[in-house]
Amino acid sequence: MAGSAAVASIMAQILVENLTKTFRVAKRRAGLWGAVTGLVQRTYHDIPALAGIDFTIEESELVGYIGPNGAGKSTTVKILSGILVPSAGRCEVNGVIPWKNRLQHVQNIGVVFGQRTQLWWDLPVIESFEVLRAIYRIPAAVFQKNSARLIELLQLQELLDIPVRQLSLGQRMRSDLAAALLHGPRLLFLDEPTIGLDAVSKLAVREFIKMLNRDDGVTVILTTHDMDDIEALCRRVLVIGRGKIVSDGSLAALRATVSHERRLIVDLVNAQEVVEEPTARVVERHGRRVELAFDPRVISPAQLISRIAAKHAIQDLFVEHPPIERIIADLYAKHGELDI
Amino acid sequence: MKRFLPYRAVVSARYRMLLQYRAAAFAGLVTQCFWGAIRLMIVAAFYAASTQTQPMSLPEVVVYIWLGQAFFGMLPWNIDEEFAQKVRDGSVAYDLLRPVDLYAFWYSHALAYRTAPTTLRAIPLGCLAILVLPRLGLAEWALGAPPSWASGVLFGVSLVGAAALSTAITMLTHISLLWTISAAGMDRIMPAVVTVFAGMVIPLPLFPDWMQLCLRLQPFRGLVDVPFRIYSGNIPPDVALLEIISQGVWVGCLVWLGRVLLARGARKLVVQGG
Repeated sequence: MAGSAAVASIMAQILVENLTKTFRVAKRRAGLWGAVTGLVQRTYHDIPALAGIDFTIEESELVGYIGPNGAGKSTTVKILSGILVPSAGRCEVNGVIPWKNRLQHVQNIGVVFGQRTQLWWDLPVIESFEVLRAIYRIPAAVFQKNSARLIELLQLQELLDIPVRQLSLGQRMRSDLAAALLHGPRLLFLDEPTIGLDAVSKLAVREFIKMLNRDDGVTVILTTHDMDDIEALCRRVLVIGRGKIVSDGSLAALRATVSHERRLIVDLVNAQEVVEEPTARVVERHGRRVELAFDPRVISPAQLISRIAAKHAIQDLFVEHPPIERIIADLYAKHGELDI
Repeated sequence: MKRFLPYRAVVSARYRMLLQYRAAAFAGLVTQCFWGAIRLMIVAAFYAASTQTQPMSLPEVVVYIWLGQAFFGMLPWNIDEEFAQKVRDGSVAYDLLRPVDLYAFWYSHALAYRTAPTTLRAIPLGCLAILVLPRLGLAEWALGAPPSWASGVLFGVSLVGAAALSTAITMLTHISLLWTISAAGMDRIMPAVVTVFAGMVIPLPLFPDWMQLCLRLQPFRGLVDVPFRIYSGNIPPDVALLEIISQGVWVGCLVWLGRVLLARGARKLVVQGG
């Protein structure tokens, strides 16, 4: 077993062990006198952003990295991309320590921070691409191939000659995605890539990310607050809270750890009927619609439906998972995250 | 030359961007002409009232003033607002993600910032001071040619030195933002220090004798005093070479200092925001 663990750690594209980051912040005292004494004598306190996290990510995975604000998501992404030095712990990406071999490391990664652009504000999109070509020293043939493909997939043809400041947020985000991939990185960090986007743009971005991962095998690490992103894209979800990994696994496994609960929604023919079932609990009732919560380990959906159908005339029914937001909120609450 | 590819691309992209601001350049041109005229009148009054022999002749001062007006924007007196913005909102993170030497990368940005708008301003102002003024019968207030070819060529070299020096100083102010975040402090201190010690307010030779040694031993004089006096011949060509070397030494020292500070600043840099 020890042997196979060692092999796994060699193979993993990203290896994180006991990664810790503590920020030192000057404490401000209240009031005018506090401000004056603060000039002479400062007291500091340490804020742990990462309190020892571990995970490995293999090549071609698409991993969602979620957590409430201030949980340590961006800190992790910044350490993995080599722009922040951790306080302690081990971290290797493609066998390289990001902040020690910064130049070598950044050639192989692409990063998009959704709230900021890496394009030149006053220049047409294509000129930003040209500058990036020079910065990454991309050979002409490779640049031709990569840019032509990205322009086609992200439908940028019409935008190329427009200065970035005139683009809509969705157009800018598509251009930013292309900019992060021109040099053909094998690993892509996306920090809230769908933030603020309209529905159509969100779908376009998601579709592109999915394709990039599936067809090109690019490893993607995605942080987001949009649970639809996670549902649409991620087979694996890492949840971080208060600087610790609180859950790591598939979305289904994540659901199971928090609650097995499912919902049965029944539309009755007769709005006056009262539904009573020992194995399920009525959560909501609006006219003829009844929403029942049940645990499939106690009673299977088929059994529950047949029991109810035996007693009541049913117009329509369907079973669903509780919304993913609910699950995540429960998870955060379980780990005492909501009182930050 | 592939090594310099990223830096060349950055300079050229920023030139294309900064050359878009034609209205600003025109407004600057008018301001510089106006100030140039006022400064000429003050100096003329000062020379007319004085009975002593001054260390610079009036024609030399006229040259000094016009060149000063033309190259005013090249002085490291302010912070590139775009850079300050980048540090404030954390987009600086993207620069750290590039496979380039960070100091050289930012130096290229700063070099374009210092020289592109200046070029746009210096050429029309030069034309005005060289060609138009004599035709208006103001030949003695016009910007004349350097006294010799040697002076002219050496002026060109020392102007390049001044641009390199100015960019190195700008880099130090930019790097200070990694600690202070806000550019407000630097933007207030720098104009006062730079314009006085470079010789932009009063030509340095006109300062009292007891200050001369101190004035000679500070980096800012390489920005204005050295190139403009080489142009007018006030610094003769044989001394000029020495002055250019001292410009070069200052550039070397300040770049070294900037690199040391940047290495420290980048290590402690906490990229702002989530």
